[in-house]
Amino acid sequence: MKESTLEQGTQYCTFHLGDLLLGVDVQCVQEVIRFQEMTPVPLAQEAVRGLINLRGQIVTAIDLRCQLSLPMREAKKLPMNVVIRTGDGAVSLLVDEIGDVIEVDEESFEPPPETISETTRECVRGIHKLDGRLMLVLDPVAVTAISASEAAPAEARS
Amino acid sequence: MSDMNEVVSEFLIESHENLDRLDNDLLVLEETPDDAEVLASIFRTIHTIKGTCGFLGFSSLESVTHVGENLLGKLRDGAMSLSDAITDALLHMVDAVREMLSQIEESGEDGGQDYSDLVAQLTRLLESDGAVESAAGTAPEPAPEPAPQTEPEAEPADEPVAEAEPSPEASTPVAPTPVQEQSEATGADHKQRSVADSKLRVDVEQLDKLMTLVGELVLARNQILQFHDVSEDTGFSATTQRLNLITTELQEGVMKTRMQPIGTIWNKLPRVVRDLAKSCGKKMRLEMEGKDTDLDKTILEAIKDPLTHIVRNSVDHGIEDPETRVANGKSPEGILILRAFHEGGQVNIEIIDDGGGIKAERVKNKAIERGIITRDQAARMSEHEVANLVFAPGFSTAEKVTNVSGRGVGMDVVRTNIEKIGGTVDMQSKEGEGTSLRIKIPLTLAIIPALVITSGGERFAIPQVNLLELVRLDGESKSSRIEYIHGTPVYRLRGNLLPLVYLNEQLNLDPVTSDDEDTEEDNAVNMVVLQADDQAFGLVVDDINDTEEIVVKPLDKTLKELDVYAGATIMGDGRIALILDVLGISQRSGVLKRGQTDGVSIHEDEEVRVGSGATTQTLLLFTCGQDRRMAIPLSAVARLEEIKSEGIEKAGGKEVTQYRGEIMPLVRLSSFFCSGEADDEGKQVMEVVVYQHEGRSVGLIVGAIVDIVEAELSVRSNSTSSGLLGAAVIDGRVTDLLDAPGVIASVIPELFTESALA
Repeated sequence: MKESTLEQGTQYCTFHLGDLLLGVDVQCVQEVIRFQEMTPVPLAQEAVRGLINLRGQIVTAIDLRCQLSLPMREAKKLPMNVVIRTGDGAVSLLVDEIGDVIEVDEESFEPPPETISETTRECVRGIHKLDGRLMLVLDPVAVTAISASEAAPAEARS
Repeated sequence: MSDMNEVVSEFLIESHENLDRLDNDLLVLEETPDDAEVLASIFRTIHTIKGTCGFLGFSSLESVTHVGENLLGKLRDGAMSLSDAITDALLHMVDAVREMLSQIEESGEDGGQDYSDLVAQLTRLLESDGAVESAAGTAPEPAPEPAPQTEPEAEPADEPVAEAEPSPEASTPVAPTPVQEQSEATGADHKQRSVADSKLRVDVEQLDKLMTLVGELVLARNQILQFHDVSEDTGFSATTQRLNLITTELQEGVMKTRMQPIGTIWNKLPRVVRDLAKSCGKKMRLEMEGKDTDLDKTILEAIKDPLTHIVRNSVDHGIEDPETRVANGKSPEGILILRAFHEGGQVNIEIIDDGGGIKAERVKNKAIERGIITRDQAARMSEHEVANLVFAPGFSTAEKVTNVSGRGVGMDVVRTNIEKIGGTVDMQSKEGEGTSLRIKIPLTLAIIPALVITSGGERFAIPQVNLLELVRLDGESKSSRIEYIHGTPVYRLRGNLLPLVYLNEQLNLDPVTSDDEDTEEDNAVNMVVLQADDQAFGLVVDDINDTEEIVVKPLDKTLKELDVYAGATIMGDGRIALILDVLGISQRSGVLKRGQTDGVSIHEDEEVRVGSGATTQTLLLFTCGQDRRMAIPLSAVARLEEIKSEGIEKAGGKEVTQYRGEIMPLVRLSSFFCSGEADDEGKQVMEVVVYQHEGRSVGLIVGAIVDIVEAELSVRSNSTSSGLLGAAVIDGRVTDLLDAPGVIASVIPELFTESALA
């Protein structure tokens, strides 16, 4: 196999979200852990599922299904945490199932097609054509960015 | 002398460190006489000592180091080369310096010992260009063994290290009296407790790390305490108690290492004030109270600049020039008072001047000109609110921009910096009499005591700083004492109206109600009475758990937007609890309108709202005469009372009533506004709104209390009729806004003249 084709990581940590196969650059994954109990954050937007205690560090858990506008997972199905490093500390992505770490050829890469939905395109860098299936490459920065404008309207009063 | 101590002890510590290095350096130099770097380093050290002791007036120390420096200078320039004799002499010099330093430590003077021999020897060497080979013989003592270094790699003095700040106790050895006593008593032993030995320089990072670890320990302790609560084992119980105590002490101890008296940053201010006053042609006296109030080092650092800025502002803008002062009947010398003290787990810092105060009109005009407030708003503002306008971004009132202050970036930055560390700043000003600025800041940022509550099945922590009291209402009293006026709950807490806020509603939580058992327990209302700014309110929660020391951890940046949380913490069971931001909740619930806290709007979104001329206010609605609706801001209402008609008496032709041992004037609003239809004549019991005006209470007799609403107040028409500020649509009905001061002034004008005289 080609060892050093590119400086850009060619190893991806993959996981499943419904039928989708997604991957993030293995370089930015801090760890993968099973379901952790979460403390919900009232008034935060939907995607923020809660806070988890990662060995004394408080980490925000973001539901990837929400970010990609997928239907909610069934309540009894517990999500897995993919903890990724960002510029401002760790963030956990909640996914359905963890896949393998795979190495891909840069030649199989293609930018996302225009027809893909807007919300998905924001979070996806591109697509790798693997044998028999496609893997969406997530942009870790975009996927963890929750802009203030999206936040639950703070002025709303009950 | 006491001011001197700090400087001298600093000098001593530094010099001791330097001397230790010097010994090493000299020995290295002996091995490699041509090492220019080492030479330069030695030269610098001696030079520093010489410079400082000259400044401090230690003349014999200076004379020794002076020749030494000259000698070293020649060596460094290559005019001489190092010989054994020179090395010896230099080492002697180092010893002499050390001796003198310890003498300074003992007596505060460099002592009467004669070092002319040494000076002569050094001078001789200097003149002979190193030719005197037999100098060793003239040495008064055998060559000193290079003392084994306590700090082999003494840190360079310019490295950014924290000075483990002398706590008052630690610095006592430098104070002249105790040391003298001690040296008399124990003789030679005094060296063991010399300044250099009793103090350490510690890297702040090291302290931070310690603090974090203690934070973790506190968490672990809390966890163990929980086990202890369910365990029966007495041995375990005793151990837990011990652990608990030790942890608390350790925490306090570590916190103390980070504490510094505020005097350390104040010390620079007299000079600032003096110079500034001189350049402005003013006379100033600076008074400082509470210099030894301790503060966390990080906080101290954070308030240093704001404080300097405020002081500069006071001198530059606050204090008038001597002529104006004399003309206004004040002493020509302006007084600036700095005061620091602890109160309720917080540190208060006051900066008070007796200058011209804030000229309300000028500030208002400026604010309008700058588009910070509208003319309408300006008209409604109190003196206090106006004063706090100076914290608005882009505000500067100085008519002439001086090089000192007045670039217009000042006070808003001051406030931002103080708020960043969880503090508040408030300004009170009386035109012509002076300005007082009060800063409240937390003692420390890392570990705070908090009350843990449950709501909607989740735990939350409330910082105790904001906590006033806890109120629990059981089944019966709940219904009778919480009054719902048109859906808005209020509670009469010892007669005062306390707006209630339901946490579940604010956070959109589902209340966890156990429907199956409808016991009294379920009916109880738990109320946490909190203080946000100047407004108290009751926060209704599902359950009150316990108080606990919590370690504040910041939230992710995506969650920082939520102003209802101040952070998060890890609880004893390892789960996370959010820390409520009381100010944020009060703003969100409308208890505190935003403008009130901010003085003026600083958020962009708010400027839009201000621009549209609408503000949110909590209003008390009442009727007056036949179905006429009126409103008054709840903040102006002290109490709601019911008085019997026979309780109304006459004094000087005016209606009054006895109220709390005082005579309270009454104003019948119905006769003021609807003279024809006085509906309250026949009533037995009158509804009275007690209005507080400049310390005096006035009772406004109204028809009936209707409601307390929180309304987006947009004044539709500016009424010209006296006693009204205008009208607004509230709850779908046209409502007059009462101008209470106006009404009172026209009915009982003497009240105003009285208070003006007072």
